[in-house]
Order: sequence, then C-alpha cells, then structure tokens
Amino acid sequence: MIPGVDGFMYPNEVELQWSVLIVLYPFVTGLVAGAFILASLERVFKVEAVRPTYRLALLTALSFLLVAPLPLQLHLGHPERSFEMYTTPHRSSAMAMFGFIYLWYLTVVLLLEIWLEYRSDIVRLAQSSKGFPRLVYQALTLGSMNVSPAARAIDDKVGYAVTVIGIPSAFLLHGYVGFIFGSIKANPWWSTPLMPIVFLFSAMVSGIAAVLLLYMASMKLKKWPIDMRCVDTIAKYLFYAFVIAFSLEMLDLIHRTYESDESFRSLDFMVHTRLWYSHVVLQIGVGTLIPLALLAANQLWKFSEAKRRVMYVTACSLTMIGIFAMRWNVVIGGQLFSKSFLGYTTYKVELVTREGLLAAIALMLLPFVIFFVLVKILPPWQETEAHKA
Amino acid sequence: MEITRRDMLSVGGKLLMIASVGATFEQITGAEPPPDTYRMADHWWGMIIDIDKCIGCGNCVRACSDENQVPKDYFRTWVERYEVPEGYVNPRVSSPQGAINGFPPSQQTSLKSFFVPKLCNHCADSPCVQVCPVGATFVSPDGVVLVDKDYCLGCRYCVQACPYGCRYLHPETETVDKCTLCYHRITQGLTTACCENCPTGARQLVDFKDPKDPVHEFLRENKVAVLKPNMATEAKVYYKNLDGSVR
Repeated sequence: MIPGVDGFMYPNEVELQWSVLIVLYPFVTGLVAGAFILASLERVFKVEAVRPTYRLALLTALSFLLVAPLPLQLHLGHPERSFEMYTTPHRSSAMAMFGFIYLWYLTVVLLLEIWLEYRSDIVRLAQSSKGFPRLVYQALTLGSMNVSPAARAIDDKVGYAVTVIGIPSAFLLHGYVGFIFGSIKANPWWSTPLMPIVFLFSAMVSGIAAVLLLYMASMKLKKWPIDMRCVDTIAKYLFYAFVIAFSLEMLDLIHRTYESDESFRSLDFMVHTRLWYSHVVLQIGVGTLIPLALLAANQLWKFSEAKRRVMYVTACSLTMIGIFAMRWNVVIGGQLFSKSFLGYTTYKVELVTREGLLAAIALMLLPFVIFFVLVKILPPWQETEAHKA
Repeated sequence: MEITRRDMLSVGGKLLMIASVGATFEQITGAEPPPDTYRMADHWWGMIIDIDKCIGCGNCVRACSDENQVPKDYFRTWVERYEVPEGYVNPRVSSPQGAINGFPPSQQTSLKSFFVPKLCNHCADSPCVQVCPVGATFVSPDGVVLVDKDYCLGCRYCVQACPYGCRYLHPETETVDKCTLCYHRITQGLTTACCENCPTGARQLVDFKDPKDPVHEFLRENKVAVLKPNMATEAKVYYKNLDGSVR
C-alpha cells in the first residue's frame, strides 16, 4: 500500500501535479475580474452609488493582476522558458493564450483606464509635489500635462470606451481560466462547459466582496464614515451575483447527479470523504449559504447601520473563504481521484518548499502590499474627502 | 581470358564472404547505419498487446527503466493486475511499484484474473499535444508522441490532459517525461526495450505503414480494443481480448 492512497491509482497519478499555487491563480484572477466589473458598474452602467469604490476597485484589480502570473512562474519546472509562450505559442493550447490575454488586460484595459482616471490628479501632483515624488509623478504623466476641460472630456470618453472594452475582457480573463480546466476531457471533475461561466460568476462574487471589505477596512483605518448607500448597493449586487453563481454550481451538481455517468460514483465518494470539509462544509455551507442568507436578509428586512456593517463584513469574509475553497476543490479535488475511477490519493501541503504554504501565503500578502503602495501613490479617496468636507 | 566455373565459384564465394562478414559486423557491433536510411514518413508506429499472453513478470517495466533511466517511482510503462474475487462483480486492480518486481502471489481465489501492460498510447489525436502551451510535446511524423525536454516549461498541463496517466514530471530535469516508444532504438531498426524483453511476446512493436507488418493480420483476425475509446484520442496501442472493466 502506498501511504495516502486508497484503492488503485495509475502509478504516475499518486503525486499531485498542480499545487496550492495553482489554486491561487484562479483565485487571484477572479478577484481582478470581479473588482473590475464592480468598477464598471459606476463607469458604464451609471450606478452612481458605488462611486466611492470606483478607484479602489481599479487599484484592487491592478494589485492582484500584477501578482497573478507569479504563482504560475513559481510552479513551472522551467520559469526561465515561460517567455516561449509569447514567442512560440502553440495555437491549439488554451494555456498558450494566457500571456496574451494577461498583457491585453494589464496594458490595454487596466493600466490605461487607471491612467486616464488619474491623469488630472497625476498632473496636479507632478506640479505640487517635490523631490523624488515629483519625478515619479512627472514620469507618470507620460508627458501629457494638458488638463483643460476639453482634454479631461477626452479622457472621460476614452476611459468610457476602455471600460466598455474592459467588461468583455474581464469576462475573457476569468472565463478563460475556467476554460483551461473545463476543456480537459480526461478529467470529469473539470470537464464541463459550465466551468467558464461558473468561474466567471464566482469571480464577480469574490471581487465584489474583496472591494467591499477593502473599502470598509480603509474607512475604518482612516476613521472616515462609511458611505452606507454605497455599501448597501454593492451588497445588493453581490447578492445578485452570488445567486447566479450558486445556481450555476447547483445546476452543475444536479446535472452530474442526475446523469450519473461512469465517473459519478468515484466523484461522489470523493465529495463525501476527502472533499467533505472543504467542499460541503467550507464552500457550500460556510462560504455560500451563510453569506447568501446574510445578504438575502438585508434585501428583505431593514437592519440598523451597525448591524448591516457587521453582516456585510461577515458575509464578505465568509464569501472569500468560500470562493477560495471553491478554487481549492476544483484544482486539488480534480487531482485526488484516479482517472481509472478506482482510487484516491492525498494532497499534503508542504511548508517551506517552492510550492509550499509559506510561498502561497507570501503571494497572497503581496497584492495587499502593492495595494498599499498604489494607494499611497494614487490616492483613491479624493471624492470621499470632498464628501466629508 | 576465359572464366572457368571454378573461378566463378571462387570469386563469388569471396564476394559472399565479404558481404556476409560486412553485414554481420554491422549487426554485431551495433554500428549505426547512416542516418538517411531511416525515413520518418515511411513509418507509423504503434503497439499490439495480447492480454492472454502477459504473465505479469514485470520484465518490460525493468527493461524500460534500465533502458531509459526512468527515475524511481515513476513509470513509462507499468503492468496492472485485474482480479475478480469470488462474490464480486467489479475487479480489484493492483500494480505494486508499477510491477517492476512483478506481482506477489494473489491472496484471493479469483474467478478471473489477468494482467494489462500499460504505456503511452501514442495517440494520433493526442490531448497532451493539444494542450502544450509551447508545442514542446508533439507527434513525430512517424507517429510517436515525444517531449522536447529543452523546450518544455514543466507546466504539467499535458499530465492533466492525458487520460491514461502516462506522464510525469522528471524530478531532475523538471520537464515532462514519458514513453518514447524507445525512439532511439526503433529508428535504428530495433524494437522497444519492453517488447524485446517480454518473454511471451505479449507486446509487439508494430508499424502500420509496413504492409508486411503482422499488425494487419492481428487487427483483421482478433477482437481488439483501445483503452478509453470514449476519449477519441486515436490511440495506437491495441489490446487483444481487453476486458470491458479495464480503464
């Protein structure tokens, strides 16, 4: 008997190939896509109530997007060769498109939109600051110092167009991640055409929850009042996205159960044993049903501000746990059973290896460090301050 | 000058000796023939496996491991034992250490027991080739699925995509490794290490493009199947008398 293995696995299957770092990849890109879609609510769909989080959402998306390729790089056997994906991409490979979609999203969508949104602020800061910061802001102006009303109107128009392009791009960014898994016909846990759309809606849920948490935390740190109209509106959209995401996941589950193909017994056994805690308890129970109930309650009844704040923070925190558990269950769960459907292996997270727990924690903290730096360079609070004043 | 029958025999004999010595010398020394003698376009390699002939000795696994320096606990080929004990419908499957040391005697009274050698199926429509982001894994013109280890990123997407569990990450090169169908041998006119060392001839390398290859008769006269036909990978490893329970 091989330790950690029950039943029969093909001999090369005993060792898992995709580790916790690959769990981070869809989690992080999901936050990017979700945060961006929240930003687009204000810009394209004119949901004015969420304006206080617009810039915050863009900076959140950028912070996570900059980190997104790192877990993949760390995971590669030969990271120094990753550039080959740009120079000699294999056109039939879903994964080969990662670099292009990533670059498109980073440069054409996110950086451009942030630059346009902040351009007048950057010009102002380039003129008002001194020393090194002045050099930084001067560089960030890219030589464009014109902030006349006409120039700003152009910024607005182009920014709007970029956001319009950005919405399908955000869908592409994360739907594509779902496709990477959903298109593997050898793996019945992954292989479903619902995977991209399930990933997409769960991305929206996690991104919206992350921005809501960051907004409330920022206000708390700054000792500024929370704009409850904004928070209530975001919570409402979070609830809608969550209902769709959960419905899609349940549709997938019901479909699998009803169809009961040759893989069903094996997968069903896995869900009831090795994935019981992470899938049923964490993902569905703690990470979905409880936050959904909290958010639904706020749609049905009126609670006091203090109660709503606690409910939102609880719901969003649990949502983040639930979505992380979902990514875990997809990536790790998909490797725990044998493709012979006759056995199961175990994943033990290593601690200080290249793909270990510490590396994963560091990679999860890094976006917050980047976020902190970005907030310092490009303060998103302008309107809140004005509002406060 | 008149050439007598005696002269003819003498010269002919000498020429025959030179020719035969030359051929034997090449065979004995294993000297490589000129590279242009192997034309990839003339071959389309695969394998036939006769389940009834496999005795589960593990010779093939050992030979493969030695020939290709396969790292410990990883397998380019392995053998599975299927047993259906009394009172059971579904088989119990085992492959201790890939059967590199064969199998211990069965502890059960089995109604049915058989061995299934496994290796890369060198699929013509390989999912592993499809998903490789840089084309490091490819089907050669003679039908062998290979990995360019100087190009492989080690992302392991192909490992996930292979329905048969035939791929692994080589712990030293950190690139994906798999059965090459002993490409270094078959392009020299030799058979694979596993086939050469199979004592019962259960495994045979075949060339589908060679009209004289026994594979054509084998496919004509036997009930054959490939593994997981629902995967539609155009696998080129054909099994004779493959039980439906084999995955």
